[in-house]
Amino acid sequence: MRFAILLYQDEAVWEHASEAEQEQYYAQHEAFAKAVRERGHECTGEALTSVVDATTVRRSASDLAITEGPFAETAEQLGGLYLIDAPDLDEVIELVRLLPEYTIEIRRIAELD
Amino acid sequence: MIPDDPVSDAWRAHWARLLSLLVAQFRRFDLAEDSLQAAFVAAARSWPVSGVPTNPAGWLLTAARRRAIDRLRAEAIAERTAQRVIVDPETNRTASAVDPSEMLTDEAIADDRLALMFTCCHPALAPTDAAALTLRFVAGLHVREIARLFLVTQPTMAARLTRAKRKIVDKGIPFAVPAPERLDERLEVVLTVIYLIFTEGYSATAGPSALRLDLADEAVRLGHSLDTMLPGDPAVKSLLALMLLQHARRDTRVDANGLPVLLPDQDRSRWHHDEIAQAIELLDSPSAAGDGATRPASRLRLEALIAAAHATAPSADETDWPAIARYYEQLETVTGSPVVRLNRAVAVAQANGHEAALELLEGLDEPLARHHRLHAVRAELLARGGRRVEALQAFGRALELVGNDAERRLLLARRASVEAGGGV
Repeated sequence: MRFAILLYQDEAVWEHASEAEQEQYYAQHEAFAKAVRERGHECTGEALTSVVDATTVRRSASDLAITEGPFAETAEQLGGLYLIDAPDLDEVIELVRLLPEYTIEIRRIAELD
Repeated sequence: MIPDDPVSDAWRAHWARLLSLLVAQFRRFDLAEDSLQAAFVAAARSWPVSGVPTNPAGWLLTAARRRAIDRLRAEAIAERTAQRVIVDPETNRTASAVDPSEMLTDEAIADDRLALMFTCCHPALAPTDAAALTLRFVAGLHVREIARLFLVTQPTMAARLTRAKRKIVDKGIPFAVPAPERLDERLEVVLTVIYLIFTEGYSATAGPSALRLDLADEAVRLGHSLDTMLPGDPAVKSLLALMLLQHARRDTRVDANGLPVLLPDQDRSRWHHDEIAQAIELLDSPSAAGDGATRPASRLRLEALIAAAHATAPSADETDWPAIARYYEQLETVTGSPVVRLNRAVAVAQANGHEAALELLEGLDEPLARHHRLHAVRAELLARGGRRVEALQAFGRALELVGNDAERRLLLARRASVEAGGGV
């Protein structure tokens, strides 16, 4: 089955990270992707640009409202995501231990017939 | 059901293991549950007439499988779209191959029953959902019984269980025993759920107390069955001992008017001393005290040792307070909890006097700012030291914060007694 792994963190943490700390982040992400693939599962992932550059579009009937910034202000922001294949939730929980310190939301991808 | 009826006996003995096998084979909780329930109904009809089979578990497994397969045929289309529980192929194959004509031994099934326990108590489920699932699937209680025990209507509980079963599938929770390196931390969740069921039984919520004792009984039974599934696990032994020790006092905790009776005033001859002895044996067993125990295991063991010290004292006056104070000190090191420190102070007051106890209360005002008990304890200690004015102030502070009527009455009585210059 497929899972989405959503990574949340206060963006300031990344902004204030030293070069060495950033290197460490990249290494952990690489270790994660490698571990997923070693178990024979698909793994795709992307990092997102800053939430201040988000564009929020609200549609209702014929109206389209466009505003600057995220749809909700939160202490931690969605900074990136992975889509992986894994046999079950326990394996996903095991794999995300390899990632840097984020708040991580795991959601199963809905299988639509 | 009548206690000595063979169908009830089979229910107690075999429900969880048979359900585990059916979930492992058919990968659907609803199908496993309904088929097994129907097999027991069939047994209740057939056994009194044609006699109890020599292998009741095998008989029930055959009947339940037949029903599950019939239903799968009947709902051929629904089955194709049904959401399945994740079961690894090996477990699925083994469960499907179990021959009901052979006696189902404990060893063969222990793994599946454990998997059922860990699935119901997965950390990704809310503890209340986990408790309901555990009572339904592991303890084998009817939905109406669980509803009765949690003081909700049957449709409410049925809906909660249906949602919880869906969550297992939708979240991708596997029907599996966790990997060995995760066993301890996952076991902690299982133990928390069992203790939640136990304390729910003793919580001060409304409802006749007999009901709440049934719930505590179920928790003790779950503890026993976990102890057989994971023999020698120190955390399981400690939790079971802790529950037995608290439960042994069940007949003396409230008076004829339903008011709580404090520990020193309880009639110790009416405690269940056989259960206390059983708990002591669990705590004394060599595997219970293992060095290098995990933090939750140490915490449970110390809590059980404190309960044991109270339970084995011949009278309140003969309580081994120095031992209890020592356990609380270790418990404070393990948990870092201010509430534990407060309890430790109470024990120290008994063991070493009020001055030593008052010192331990220093630094608790901030973390326990809203706790009336901190001020109530301080008031008692001050009164004992003859510092009446300060004691009365502390009683006043405790009365501002207390939320429970019975405790308020107790505090008012104590304050009046200290004000009158006696009662220490």
